[in-house]
Amino acid sequence: MTTAVPDTLPNVVAPQRKVPPMGGLNVTLLKLEVRRMLRNRRTLVFSVVMPVMFYVIFGTGKSYSNENAGHGNVAALIMVSMALYGAMLSTTGGGAMVAVERSQGWSRQLRLTPLTPAAYIAVKVLCAMLLGAVSIAVTYAAGSFTGAHMQTSAWVGTALIAWVGSLVFAAFGVFMGYLLPSENVMQIIGPGLALFAFLGGLFMPLDQMGDTFQTIAKFTPMYGLSQLAHWPLTGEAPGVAAVVNVVVWLAVFAGGAAWRFRRDTARV
Amino acid sequence: MTSTTQTQNRPPAPVRGATTIPAVELAGLTKSFGTVRAVRGIDLTVRPGEIVAFLGPNGAGKTTTIDMMLGLSQPDRGTARVYGMDPQAAVRHGLISAVMQTGGLLKDLTARETLELTASLFSDTKPISEVMTRAGIADIGDRRVGKCSGGQQQRLRFAMALLPDPELLVLDEPTTGMDVTGRRDFWQAIRQDAEQGRTVLFATHYLEEADAYADRIVLVAHGRVVADGTASEVKAIVSGRTVRATLPDADLVALQALPGVESVEVRGDSVLIASRDSDSVARHLLTNTGARDLEITSRGLEDAFISLTADPDSEGTQS
Repeated sequence: MTTAVPDTLPNVVAPQRKVPPMGGLNVTLLKLEVRRMLRNRRTLVFSVVMPVMFYVIFGTGKSYSNENAGHGNVAALIMVSMALYGAMLSTTGGGAMVAVERSQGWSRQLRLTPLTPAAYIAVKVLCAMLLGAVSIAVTYAAGSFTGAHMQTSAWVGTALIAWVGSLVFAAFGVFMGYLLPSENVMQIIGPGLALFAFLGGLFMPLDQMGDTFQTIAKFTPMYGLSQLAHWPLTGEAPGVAAVVNVVVWLAVFAGGAAWRFRRDTARV
Repeated sequence: MTSTTQTQNRPPAPVRGATTIPAVELAGLTKSFGTVRAVRGIDLTVRPGEIVAFLGPNGAGKTTTIDMMLGLSQPDRGTARVYGMDPQAAVRHGLISAVMQTGGLLKDLTARETLELTASLFSDTKPISEVMTRAGIADIGDRRVGKCSGGQQQRLRFAMALLPDPELLVLDEPTTGMDVTGRRDFWQAIRQDAEQGRTVLFATHYLEEADAYADRIVLVAHGRVVADGTASEVKAIVSGRTVRATLPDADLVALQALPGVESVEVRGDSVLIASRDSDSVARHLLTNTGARDLEITSRGLEDAFISLTADPDSEGTQS
C-alpha cells in the first residue's frame, strides 16, 4: 500500500471501538494456553515423566549414586542432567507449538484478531518456559525424595540456571516451529534433541568420551548450558567457552526464529 | 459482453448521509501468484447495511479478493479500504470479522474455550453466551472442537466472528461441505443476524444461495467483476436458456442476429442457440424456418458463467 491510510477510526462509524493494550496479550489467553498444554499427554510424558524416569533408572540405587560430586552426590548430578534434558524437551516442544498452530490454520485465524505477532510469540515463549519450570520442579522433587543430596545453594543455583538457560531451547523450538510446517514437528526434531543431550554430556560424562567427540561437543547447543547448570554443584567454574556457547546459540536460534517469523507474517 | 454492461454501471443506491463511509472500497485491486493472475483489477464499493453476494465459479478470484479485504494478503496494485481504514487496522478495531472456509480452529480446545480465547483478544466483545445462542451452538459449549461436526465447527467460526460485534461480516463460502439442512440452518442464523443492520459480504458459487440471501450480487469470473446488480438482475443474466432444434443448412447469420442470442453452434443437423430470449428464438425457428424437434433447456450456472465470462485473454485461440 503506497498511500498513507488513516489508522484512526472515523467517528461516524463507532467512536467506542478500541484496540486492546499490549497487542492483545492477556491473562485469559495465557491460562487457556497452559490448559491446552496440560491436556496434551504426549507433551507431559516427554517433558515430565521421561526425565524423572531416566533419573530413577540411572541416578538412584547405583553403587556410584552416593559418591561425592562436589557440593553434593552423584545422584544430584544426574538429577540436574535429567532436569536439563526435561527442560530442553519442554521448552523446545512449547516453542514448536507454532508449527502445529500454523498447520491447523490457527495462526491465520489470529491475524483476524487484534493479537499482534510479537504478542503471540511472547505467549508461546512464556508457556514454553512455564512447562520447563514444571519439568525441572518435578524432577527435583523426585530427586529430593530418592537420595539426591546437595547444599541448599546448589539446589537453588542449578535449578535457576537450568531454567533460565533453557530459553535457548524455547527459541530453538520457535525457530523449528516456523521452519517445519508440520503437526509432527517434535517427532522430526526429537532425535536431534537426544543428540544435543549426548553431546552436552547429560547421559554420560564427556571425559569418558574420545577426544574428537569432546571437541565436537564444545560447539553444540547443550554443552555450555550443561557446564553452567552443574557449576553450583560441582564447584568447577565453567570456562568462558561455556558462556560464549550459550550466548551464541541463543543468538542463532532467536535470530533464526525472528527471520522465519518475519517471512511468515510478511504481507504477501 | 453486451449482457453485462446493462447492469454493471447501475447507479448507486441513495446514500443515507453525505458523510457515510463505504464499508468496503476496493479500487483497481490486482493480485498474481507467479503467472496466475488471480485478481485482475476489481473495483467494488459496499455501502453500510448491504448484504452482498460475491458469486463466481471456483478459481474466479473470490478468496484472493477476500484475503486482501481482510488484510491477510497484500495487493500487487490497487487499494482495499474497510470503513476508510487499512484492513489490518479495521481488524484491530473489531470493525471487520470473517468466517473462513476451513481451518482456523484448535482441536484441543472446547467450543466455549475457543470463544473465551478469541474474546480475550478484543477490547470489547459481546457476551459469549449470547454469540453461542445466536450461532446455534449453545448446547455444545463443552465439546472439544475436534469432536464437532463440520457444520458445528462452521457455526463456531460464525460465533467467533460475532464476538467483536463487527460492522462488517465477511463469509468465504461458509456452507461448503454442509448438507442441505445444515446449509439452511446456517443461513437462517446469518439472516437473523443481518436483520440487526450488519453489513454482510459472502462468497459463494451457488446461485441459489446468492439469490436467497443477498440484496446485491457481484458476479466475478477470471479475476474481474463481470456483473453487479440486484439478485433478479443478475439472475436474469445467468439464467438464460438454450434452444436446440434439428435444422439442416441453418442460416447462422440470421440466427445470430435474433434479439438476445449469445451464441449459435451447429452439431451435425442440429443447431444450438444460447439466448436470453428463448421465446423469440423459438418463434423464429418455428415460423420462419423448417426447424423441428425443438427443445428448450435452461442453462446451468456454470454454462452461464462460461458464456458470460469467456476469458478475454484467450480470445481468438481454440479452447
